[in-house]
Amino acid sequence: MAKNKIIVVGGGLSGLMATLKICEAGGEVDLFSYCPVKRSHSLCAQGGINACMDTKGEHDSIYEHFDDTVYGGDFLADQTAVKGMCDAAPKLIKMFDRMGVPFTRTAEGVLDLRNFGGQKNKRTCFAGSTTGQQLLYALDEQVRKWEVQGSVKKYEFWEFIKVIKNKEGICRGIVAQNMNSMEIQAFRGDTTILATGGPGMVFGRCTASTICNGSAVSAVFQQGAHIGNPEFIQIHPTAIPGSDKNRLMSEACRGEGGRVWVYKDGKPWYFLEEMFPAYGNLVPRDVASRAIYDVCMNQHLGINGENRVYLDLSHIPADYLERKLGGILEMYSEFVGDDPRKVPMQIYPSVHYSMGGIWVDRKHNTNIPGLMASGECDYQYHGANRLGANSLLSAAYSGTVSGPEAMRWAKEGERGSELTDEDLAKAKQECVDDFEAILKMDGKENAHELHHELGDVMNKYVTIERVNKDLDYCFAEVKKILVRWNDIGVTDRGHWANQEAMFVRQLRNMIIYALVVTKAARMRDESRGAHYKREFPTRDDERFLKTTIVDFNAEKQEPEVTYIDFDHSLIKPRPRNYAVAKKEDK
Amino acid sequence: MAEQNKKTVTFIIERQDAPDSKPYTQEFEVAYRPSLNVVAALMEIQKNPVTKDGKKVAPVVWECNCLEKVCGACMMVINGRARQACCSLIDQLEQPIHLAPARTFPVIRDLLIDRSVMFESLKRIQGWVNVDGTWEVKDAPIQNPYTAQTAYEISHCMTCGCCLEACPNVGPQSDFIGPAPTVQAYLFNLHPLGKFDKEKRLNTLAEKGGITSCGNSQNCVEVCPKSIKLTTYLAQLNRDVNKQALKNIFNK
Repeated sequence: MAKNKIIVVGGGLSGLMATLKICEAGGEVDLFSYCPVKRSHSLCAQGGINACMDTKGEHDSIYEHFDDTVYGGDFLADQTAVKGMCDAAPKLIKMFDRMGVPFTRTAEGVLDLRNFGGQKNKRTCFAGSTTGQQLLYALDEQVRKWEVQGSVKKYEFWEFIKVIKNKEGICRGIVAQNMNSMEIQAFRGDTTILATGGPGMVFGRCTASTICNGSAVSAVFQQGAHIGNPEFIQIHPTAIPGSDKNRLMSEACRGEGGRVWVYKDGKPWYFLEEMFPAYGNLVPRDVASRAIYDVCMNQHLGINGENRVYLDLSHIPADYLERKLGGILEMYSEFVGDDPRKVPMQIYPSVHYSMGGIWVDRKHNTNIPGLMASGECDYQYHGANRLGANSLLSAAYSGTVSGPEAMRWAKEGERGSELTDEDLAKAKQECVDDFEAILKMDGKENAHELHHELGDVMNKYVTIERVNKDLDYCFAEVKKILVRWNDIGVTDRGHWANQEAMFVRQLRNMIIYALVVTKAARMRDESRGAHYKREFPTRDDERFLKTTIVDFNAEKQEPEVTYIDFDHSLIKPRPRNYAVAKKEDK
Repeated sequence: MAEQNKKTVTFIIERQDAPDSKPYTQEFEVAYRPSLNVVAALMEIQKNPVTKDGKKVAPVVWECNCLEKVCGACMMVINGRARQACCSLIDQLEQPIHLAPARTFPVIRDLLIDRSVMFESLKRIQGWVNVDGTWEVKDAPIQNPYTAQTAYEISHCMTCGCCLEACPNVGPQSDFIGPAPTVQAYLFNLHPLGKFDKEKRLNTLAEKGGITSCGNSQNCVEVCPKSIKLTTYLAQLNRDVNKQALKNIFNK
């Protein structure tokens, strides 16, 4: 009997984890990626991965991890799903340890743990300050082993274009393009998993890699997939502002004792410690980002009047810093020129992570049968705000769920009719026609300039503080950019490694995703987690303890927003206040 | 101030339209700004792909992802030296700045190269710990924290290929798989479970293209962007391979 063939798009932590699970269950994987999977964006995660190991004498518990995650997410995450993730976390760490991840260890050789934001106990396992790189490499190595055995076929430097549905509307394959030869090809798959990461590039400058454009998510959205909670965009409080990208300065800096301050009346003002006595510098990211924004924008106390504050490690012994944070301090020196062991770093918040994404059930099925989503591209686990070091966890964990489920669907699912060769040829031809049309575009706009404008408007209006009339304005501006997309002129009309033409196609998807985020932000009239409106400064559980669902209205080419209930049965929602220690209603 | 605003940076870029076509150079000018790096400058050229003499051309093709020196994608030859473009700051480079593809690898287009040979070499050295599966087995073994720190250092290798580009023994004249993949064998031999396959890896490195092809020129350690002590580990591996070879003779 032929083996089940699963298509996995994206080779970051989640896609690779799913791939391993599929191989172990006897399936075969066609693995598609923009780049060699070892270069995926998961490797930019620095600080660590949360799991209740309880090896620091603090009586940490899985329940506490679960509660911190739900509370940190301002009660918008599906609680049963979160519980599953927290339960599995310690087992995942042991798996990574066996695979050879060089975790940082204590003197007696067990895994060291550090503090992270929004958590009172030491719960974050780490490999220096390059935890994501190390975890990704471990899975990359394991997948390579399966590749040698013939269970995995990698399509690296291939771009996903769209899914192919049969006449019953079930996803049975994809169309993809070779980024060198420009060849477009249709592929059959029993199940398709998208593990394509976040949409950071929609905001232009952010902490994401250039490949994190959300294009695949937007493509399947336009083919009928629901998007859940897209308005919840995490702004990381501590990034190094840059003209090409904002480089992340890990939360581990605060976890290891870093203090955030500005000068006020000539003296250092440790404003996080003053505003939030219970958590101090270790408040969650949304809280820290809003405080920094307020200090700079409203109180005008930024360094030299600019939008910068200090993140200070200079009081910590240099050898300790080297062991715990080495890699990123070197990065700061390299890109900025100052030595953070001696002088405070200068940082400012930046777009970092999308809590929202493709809506999935607890098994990671989307509303399109046969199509699954896994990792940052899905909306699961984080609610309205993600705790630091929960992203590596959710990425890896989601793969352990989506992989086996993909095999179950391949074996037992009601998959309807097979795709005929004509179906494949037709799907391919549509993409070929679209691509050839792009090659002929001879308008006056430059795609990269247009992208820059999109990023500017999104960064200005849809980040830390949101105002309804500004969001209306932003939506209208993004719609104008969508119209201007038609007037792009392409300088490269060739059929060999044409990055420009591929970028034009991605850009249209990015613009549409920008509309999704803006619309969802406009409709949610409350403040919750990363979504803050001064006009509606409090959380409104009566109206908005609900998952945002965005659908694509193909006729109007516009997103439409509705709300659905979700599971918050395990922990009763309570007010979220990091100025005082957390109290639980059990 | 006005003078500074007009300051520009000149790039001389070696271009090539396809793998088998002839290389040629083009000059570009980019407006200077503080902390500008080579990738950011290439992005500016994308926005306005016009050469210094006013000719509109196809934008320069190159590979990049993270822009933080962890993904390894943007390796190219900058002023004659293999390095990551994202962390090559203009202020620290002599101008005009020469960019060229790393020609140890096949060129796909412009600065974009094909490094798949490195990933193939990782298969050859069995660069993985042979775990039974992703399921729960038991607690992972405790590890000496000092050994783990060495593993951490080597595990920073991002397969960028700087060391292969700099190595005089990697190229059409030799089968040498290069410093990076070779040293990865040392990494897996350090791990308490990975070392179960140590003999296999050492025997592989004793074959053609393995460590005997290393000429000890020490170029690799000079260019490694992650400061991995490549020559130290190559020397250690060389001893291990020799020991293994003797063992093999006595066990025959």
